[in-house]
Amino acid sequence: MERFSIVRLATLKETSARVAEGAGERVIRAGGIDLLDRMKEGLEAPTELVELQSIGGEEGTALRGASEKDGGWRLGALVTLGQIAAMTDLPKAYRALQVAAGEAATPGIRNAATLGGNLLQRPRCWYFRHQDMVCLKKGGDMCYAQTGDHRYHAILGAGPSWIVHPSSTASPLLALDASVEIWDGKASTRTVPIADLFALPTVDPEREHTLSPGEILLSVQLPAPVADQRSAYATAKEKQSQDWPLAEASVRLSMRGGKMSQVRVALGHVAPIPWRAKEAEAILEGKTPSADLFVEAAKAATSPAKPLAGNAYKVPLTHGLLRQALHEATGLAEA
Amino acid sequence: MYACGPMSDRTTLTRRGLFRGVSTAAILTGCVNKSNETGTQTPGVDDASAPGEIGPDAASVRFTLNGKPAEAKVEPRTTLLDALRIDLHTTGAKLVCDRGSCGACTVLVDGMQRNACMTLAHDVAGREVTTVEGLASGGELSALQKAFVEHDALQCGFCTSGMLVSCAGLLRRTKGQTLTERDVKAAIAGNICRCGTYPHIVAAVLDAAESKGA
Ligand SMILES: Cc1cc2nc3c(=O)[nH]c(=O)nc-3n(C[C@H](O)[C@H](O)[C@H](O)COP(=O)(O)OP(=O)(O)OC[C@H]3O[C@@H](n4cnc5c(N)ncnc54)[C@H](O)[C@@H]3O)c2cc1C
Ligand code: SF4
Ligand code: FES
Ligand code: FES
Repeated sequence: MERFSIVRLATLKETSARVAEGAGERVIRAGGIDLLDRMKEGLEAPTELVELQSIGGEEGTALRGASEKDGGWRLGALVTLGQIAAMTDLPKAYRALQVAAGEAATPGIRNAATLGGNLLQRPRCWYFRHQDMVCLKKGGDMCYAQTGDHRYHAILGAGPSWIVHPSSTASPLLALDASVEIWDGKASTRTVPIADLFALPTVDPEREHTLSPGEILLSVQLPAPVADQRSAYATAKEKQSQDWPLAEASVRLSMRGGKMSQVRVALGHVAPIPWRAKEAEAILEGKTPSADLFVEAAKAATSPAKPLAGNAYKVPLTHGLLRQALHEATGLAEA
Repeated sequence: MYACGPMSDRTTLTRRGLFRGVSTAAILTGCVNKSNETGTQTPGVDDASAPGEIGPDAASVRFTLNGKPAEAKVEPRTTLLDALRIDLHTTGAKLVCDRGSCGACTVLVDGMQRNACMTLAHDVAGREVTTVEGLASGGELSALQKAFVEHDALQCGFCTSGMLVSCAGLLRRTKGQTLTERDVKAAIAGNICRCGTYPHIVAAVLDAAESKGA
C-alpha cells in the first residue's frame, strides 16, 4: 500500500466535509476490509483514510447501535455482520438478514465488516480487481467479462458491465423492505428505499450506488414486520465458507389462513444490483403454498434472464435456491 | 479472489445460548467511544477511537500484547500483522494471503477473532491483542495446545497458530458450555489448512473443552 494518513474526526459534519473536499484522495473507512483489499491490489491509493469509527457522542452511538421503534428496527451503519448474526432480540421475522450476515465471509471478517461497508463494497469481478485491467468500470472502453471468463457474472439486468452486486446483506434487506438513512454531508438526512441506493450499470458503469462523495450511510431501517411475517435466505457457494455466493434468494411473506401475502422475492449475486423478482411475487401472492407453485414462481423469477456462454448454470441454481427459501419461509418443508 | 475454504460456517441462529448472542444493549456498551475516559493518555497513541490525525510518517501506537504493554512506531499503512512480526518480533501470526482469506494471521483483539493482515496497527491503540504466543503461560502449554499435540492436529504447522487462536477464542467465549463438532467447525471457518488436519483439530478442541479450556 502507498503511504496515507489516518484521520479521526469527532463529528459527522467534519468527517463528510473532509472527504467531500478531497474526493478521490480522501476516502471513508468503516471496517476497512474492502478498502484495504482495493489498496493492496493497487486499485486505489488514497492519501487519507477518514475514519467513521472515531465519530463520538450521540452520532457515534447511532452509528454503532441498534434500536427498536414502533416494532421496526434501526441498525447503525457501523454494526458488524458478526453482531447482526448474534443479536438475540431482533424479531424472527427478519431471519433472512440474520442468516445472511452469519454466513457471509468468515468469523474474523464478520467481526470487522460493517453493515454500511458491506452494502457499499465494490464488485468482485476479477477483471475489476486486477490492477492492469482497465475495463469499463474503471473508465476503459469495454467489459472484459462479457467475452471473457464470466462464470461468476450476471444473468439478469446486466450490460454494459456484467458485475454481480457483491453484498450478501443486500438481497435480504431488499426482501425485508428496508430503507437506508443517508446524511447529505451538510445539514440534512434523507431516508430512501434500499432499492434506490443501488444503480444499474446503464446509469453509470463506473458506480454501483447513488451516494455522492462525502455522503454517509447512517443506518439501515427495517419496517415493523407485517402480520405473521416469515423470511428466509438461501445461498450456494463453491466452498462453504470464505467465499462470496454464486447466487442467493431471499423471501419475505405473511402466512395467514394457509395463504401467502405481501410476498417479496429478492435475488442476490445474479445481477448488478440486488434483484427484485416481481414476476415470482405475482405468482405467489394470495396463493396456498405448494411445491408445484414454487417451481412455477422460480421459473418466472428468471424469465428475463439472459445468461452468457459461461454462466447459464446460475439459472437452475437460482430456481433451486428460491424454491428452498420458499419452502423454508412457508414451513412447507423444514430447513 | 474466490478463496477456498472447506468448513461449514453456519452460525448462531439456532444455538444462541451457546454463542451467547448479543442483545442490542451489549452492542452499544461494547462499542463506547472511549475518547473522554483517557485523561492522561495521548489520543491516537493510546486510544484508536479518539479524534486526531496520524501519519503519513511513522507514529507510536501503544496496546496490550499478550498481557504486556507494547509499543511500536509505525506508519499508518503498516498492518497489525507486520507490526507484530517485524517491529515487535512476535512471529506466531503468519503472513500467507495478506487478504483476509486464509486465517493464518488470526489474532484476538479484545477477545474477538480478527485477521491481523486486514487490520491496521494503529487500529489497536489501547486494545488487547492476543497471539499464539499468549496462549501458554509460564512456559507451560495450555490445555488446548496440549490437545493439539496429543491429537496430532498439525502437519506442516503453517496454519496452526491461527487455528489455535481461533479455537482459544471459541473456548474462552463458551467456557462451561458443551461444544459440538459444528461449533468448532464454525469457529475455524476462516482458517484454511492445506494439509487437511481439520478432523484432528476438531477432536483436539472438543477434548480440550471437556478438560480445562483455552
Ligand atoms: C475472505 C472474505 C470473504 C468474504 N465473503 C463475503 C461474502 O460472502 N458476502 C459479502 O457480502 N461480503 C463478503 N466479503 C466482503 C466483506 O464482507 C466486505 O468487504 C465488508 O463487509 C466491507 O465492510 P467494511 O466495513 O470493511 O467496509 P470498508 O472497506 O470500510 O468500506 C467499503 C466501502 O464503502 C465505503 N463506506 C463504508 N461505510 C460507509 C458509510 N457508512 N457511508 C459511506 N461510505 C461508506 C468506503 O469508503 C469503502 O469504499 C468477504 C471478504 C473477505 C476478505
Ligand atoms: S463486469 Fe464490470 S467490472 Fe467486470 S470487466 Fe466487465 S465492466 Fe469491468
Ligand atoms: S494472511 Fe491470510 S488472512 Fe491474513
Ligand atoms: S498443518 Fe499444514 S496448513 Fe495446516
